[in-house]
Amino acid sequence: MTDTNIYLPHLMRIAKITEEAPAVKTFRLEFMDAAAAAAFSFETGQFGLYSAFGEGESTFCIASSPTRKGYIECTFREAGRVTAALADKEEGDVVGFRGPYGNRFPIEQWKGKNLVFIAGGIALPPLRSVIWNCLDLRDWFKDITIVYGARSVADLVYKDELKEWEARPDVNLVVTVDPGGDVPGWTGKVGFVPPVVEALNPSPDNTIALVCGPPIMIKLTLPVLAKLGFPPEAIFTTLENRMKCGLGKCGRCNTGSSYVCKDGPVYTLEQLNSLPAEY
Amino acid sequence: MADNFFLPQASLDTLFAALAKDGRRILAPTDRDGRTELNPVDKPADVAKDYLQTILSAKEAAFPKVERLMSFTTGSKSVDLVDAEPHALPTVLFGVRPCEASGFRALDAVFNWDTRDRFFNARMEALAVIGVACTRKDDACFCTSVGGGPGSTAGSDILLTPVDGGFLAEVLTEKGKAMAALAPEAFKADPGLEKKVVDVPVAFDQPGLTRRLKDRFEDGIWVEQSLRCVGCGACAYVCPTCVCFDIVEESDAKGGHRLRTWDSCGGHMFTLHASGHNPRETQAQRWRQRVYHKFSYYPERYDMLGCVGCGKCTRACPVDMNLQEHLAEAAQA
Ligand SMILES: Cc1cc2nc3c(=O)[nH]c(=O)nc-3n(C[C@H](O)[C@H](O)[C@H](O)COP(=O)(O)OP(=O)(O)OC[C@H]3O[C@@H](n4cnc5c(N)ncnc54)[C@H](O)[C@@H]3O)c2cc1C
Ligand code: SF4
Ligand code: SF4
Ligand code: FES
Repeated sequence: MTDTNIYLPHLMRIAKITEEAPAVKTFRLEFMDAAAAAAFSFETGQFGLYSAFGEGESTFCIASSPTRKGYIECTFREAGRVTAALADKEEGDVVGFRGPYGNRFPIEQWKGKNLVFIAGGIALPPLRSVIWNCLDLRDWFKDITIVYGARSVADLVYKDELKEWEARPDVNLVVTVDPGGDVPGWTGKVGFVPPVVEALNPSPDNTIALVCGPPIMIKLTLPVLAKLGFPPEAIFTTLENRMKCGLGKCGRCNTGSSYVCKDGPVYTLEQLNSLPAEY
Repeated sequence: MADNFFLPQASLDTLFAALAKDGRRILAPTDRDGRTELNPVDKPADVAKDYLQTILSAKEAAFPKVERLMSFTTGSKSVDLVDAEPHALPTVLFGVRPCEASGFRALDAVFNWDTRDRFFNARMEALAVIGVACTRKDDACFCTSVGGGPGSTAGSDILLTPVDGGFLAEVLTEKGKAMAALAPEAFKADPGLEKKVVDVPVAFDQPGLTRRLKDRFEDGIWVEQSLRCVGCGACAYVCPTCVCFDIVEESDAKGGHRLRTWDSCGGHMFTLHASGHNPRETQAQRWRQRVYHKFSYYPERYDMLGCVGCGKCTRACPVDMNLQEHLAEAAQA
């Protein structure tokens, strides 16, 4: 048997760049190879490894919804070498992509349930994929609530989509910024995500909660959800352990016997409770 | 069942010549500046005498320190990718110890579960192993505590056990038969030789250790044991079963290469997020990961251990961490 090279990326053209916030951009990417485009599919929650050739690869979730065909999107913050090189790219430039990797959100199991999305900072992208996926299947679900917090008004990503969700009668959107992060004319909330969630007091009955954010936000939000009565199996999050291969081989994302790149990045709180807290 | 033969010492020349004539590179332990290393050899006389083990491991034959995964050239609005072919020279690994020969199984478990790693597989297909059983050991050896043994045949295509005037040769696999068939005159009928190997006492109860680890995660012994550890990673680099790797890029304005290199979970950057958050911040957490990965997570995930008890890590450690002693301690109630 001759094996193919599992580390070889696809070439993708940057069709569109959106400046989301300071040092945060969204790329819309299209396959350059028609056969690769035709063979490609993904599910919500999965991620990829994106190459800036010459600097290396970086891991981002696929931030677009699988219901939107013909392209994928990623939203990334400049954090180091690879993301800096990606941020220098222009529309029409070529990047690499390997994926989709990892597991997925089991959205078909949530039919008939209420959904509460809770995101902090640059962690809205993984939830945005699920949000659009669920909104495109809107009649599967009951109430949809989105709580999104950022450090400041300038740091909010997907500003146009926030307006769109705000305007929808079938979505309850709550946007908050950290105290001091507001500007004159800000009509959203001011306050950290966990107390905002607590004040909102979503019912845990027949409800799935999805939480993504910086480790500290997740750490403080989980007890709030527990207090509100959400059981661990109804709370979903994604882990962002550092990755290199995405294929369960390089050992970097390992937590316990779980490889975040294969068994994750999507975990329920119940699953996380059975793993060593090395994430 | 293995086919047993007697291989007179002098017949090694015939075997080496036949392997070379067949176009195979022979890698064997050699003495260089007082170190025993694996190097290409031409004749049995080049092979080190009375060596215990090589310092680095035999895993290099299938998983090199550095290898190219792909190359690319970059233009202003274009990129060309060049797939990398594994350089899989037909190779015979001669004279590695049974512990190391069996170490390839642990690499295979990682490189081939779910998806298949072309680079590893191409080299493994081109590789044949002539192991040599142990008639010597040192205090670092604990193969018998982890399911191996100084005369274990696992992982060898032919296993040679030293006897008076030559070797008992056990031809174990199809690859072994193919090698033996290249020099049939070298292999004499087995006069009923007894396989005598060194005695390596069992140092700890491994199934007990693996069970014990399940509820010992928060135990203070990981801190105590690791206080000396400087996180150099030497243990991982010499280990025949450590498979964690990094992927790095080497490039200039026109293009470059993407490379895979050995890596170690003992380094503090290994799990560091770009945000500055680090899931394994302390050396104690990283030492614990090393022990758990090999003795708890491997059994859970691949139904085998990630350690063959070769003792290389203990010999290489600059601050005298002794894996066998640390495991014995961890296995105790
Ligand atoms: C499953 C998953 C999904 C993710 N999804 C997203 C996502 O959707 N969006 C997103 O933005 N991120 C996401 N991340 C995080 C993202 O992978 C990292 O932010 C990104 O890989 C950083 O890559 P980098 O190469 O730019 O940083 P690196 O270069 O690897 O930087 C690592 C660290 O080194 C420092 N550093 C690097 N170069 C230098 C230098 N020259 N001098 C000084 N310090 C330096 C950096 O500041 C940083 O602290 C995700 C991660 C995972 C695992
Ligand atoms: S951990 Fe140490 S004893 Fe075990 S296989 Fe690796 S080097 Fe050998
Ligand atoms: S060789 Fe010794 S000091 Fe170095 S990382 Fe391993 S245990 Fe720590
Ligand atoms: S990223 Fe390599 S094992 Fe998960």
